[in-house]
Amino acid sequence: MPTVKMTVNGKPVSAEVEARTLLVHFLREHLDLTGTHVGCDTAQCGACTVHVGGKAVKSCNMLAVQADGAEVTTIEGLATGDTLHPMQEAFRDHHGLQCGFCTPGMVMSAIDLVKRKADLSEAEIRAGLEGNICRCTGYHNIVKAVQAGAAATRGR
Amino acid sequence: MNNFGYHRPASVADAVKALGGSGDARIVAGGQTLLPTLRARLATPSDLVDLRAIAELKGIKAEGDGITIGAMTPHAEVAASDVVKGAIPALAYLADHIGDRQVRTLGTIGGSLANNDPAACYPSAVLALGATIRTSKREIKADDFFQGLFTTALEDGEIITAVHFPKPEKAAYEKFVQPASRFALVGVFVAKAREGVRVAVTGAGQEGVFRARELEQALSANFSPDAAKGVKVAAGNLISDLHGTAEYRAHLIPVLTARAVAAAK
Ligand SMILES: Cc1cc2nc3c(=O)[nH]c(=O)nc-3n(C[C@H](O)[C@H](O)[C@H](O)COP(=O)(O)OP(=O)(O)OC[C@H]3O[C@@H](n4cnc5c(N)ncnc54)[C@H](O)[C@@H]3O)c2cc1C
Ligand code: FES
Ligand code: FES
Repeated sequence: MPTVKMTVNGKPVSAEVEARTLLVHFLREHLDLTGTHVGCDTAQCGACTVHVGGKAVKSCNMLAVQADGAEVTTIEGLATGDTLHPMQEAFRDHHGLQCGFCTPGMVMSAIDLVKRKADLSEAEIRAGLEGNICRCTGYHNIVKAVQAGAAATRGR
Repeated sequence: MNNFGYHRPASVADAVKALGGSGDARIVAGGQTLLPTLRARLATPSDLVDLRAIAELKGIKAEGDGITIGAMTPHAEVAASDVVKGAIPALAYLADHIGDRQVRTLGTIGGSLANNDPAACYPSAVLALGATIRTSKREIKADDFFQGLFTTALEDGEIITAVHFPKPEKAAYEKFVQPASRFALVGVFVAKAREGVRVAVTGAGQEGVFRARELEQALSANFSPDAAKGVKVAAGNLISDLHGTAEYRAHLIPVLTARAVAAAK
């Protein structure tokens, strides 16, 4: 079996895995990082979004061996101790979630989006989150949360 | 999905060897199409040959009369490239509207062309711009490359290494998005070059991407939105599915072509 080595949330990890192991299963089942969700079987919902090399990808649509050598960040890697990341805080403040299933992926996508361009219009945020589907909120409060999270991240 | 052997060669020559070596090996590039295919068990390769570590397949450069894009260049990089935006802004626009941001981070131009999905975006640009596909064996002209649904001129074990696009006078891509899949319900790429006007249509043809000759003729005589709107496209060979009838797609083709002509730069 191939060996994969990567840095997950700042910690080096290494394991033997079957080549077919998806990154999301590696994170959830081998590393017990169950904050990353699986919401579909077709690479369409974005609930599994994590950062690989600082960029948002769908971890259900990537093999663990394809992330060999990479820096991976999951929702568990965002907070500093008890202090939430400003984007997490913004989702809480603006009711950017209801059931919360899509939220880890939304937050990871949103952080990547605002990192690449600071001052985003509402239309740009909606377009930027096309890869993340939410069945509950109607997106309105998610957009507000991302706007507030962007401002807070800038001010930090 | 079934298990498979995994190889990560560092050169095209080693990748060709790895593909030839074992029973039923497949290339994996960005994996954005292949992994869903494997998960649905629509393909069960014995081995995957990952092109990710091959430096010679990456990057964008100005070359001769146009630009050359390495097969492993992801959509997001094409979308953000100053070289592409300077020479063929329509191509950067197209790349920026493929799927969603996560897909654009991993998906590659080589993977998209090798797959030749009938609703994919890049095939229309390659066909309309008269691009050349470079492989581990030869060069293939766009007009010879696409050979029907999910079918190309590529032979077993042949690897796309790069795509060369000549710079047109002006060009534009107009995509009517199928909102559930984010692919093109219909997409039209219009390119005006010294040799004439070419119009390539994706999302609509039962045999995949095709050139709309009647629109090319009308626009060669008069490159204007009205000239495109005046053309009637036959619905006979077009796709009908739950997202739209063949007649609906036939109607969209001149409408999108007219928009592309108006937007061309
Ligand atoms: C949710 C979603 C939405 C999408 N929306 C769009 C869209 O709107 N428009 C669009 O055009 N596409 C869309 N795609 C497809 C996306 O662009 C894929 O990335 C692309 O089609 C395949 O590229 P890849 O690098 O991921 O290839 P892979 O999935 O790795 O490979 C695809 C096929 O090509 C072969 N292959 C790969 N590279 C080479 C090479 N260099 N030489 C020879 N053969 C090769 C593989 O063996 C495989 O058969 C979408 C995908 C998803 C998951
Ligand atoms: S689980 Fe739905 S996109 Fe990954
Ligand atoms: S909050 Fe329930 S899916 Fe988004």
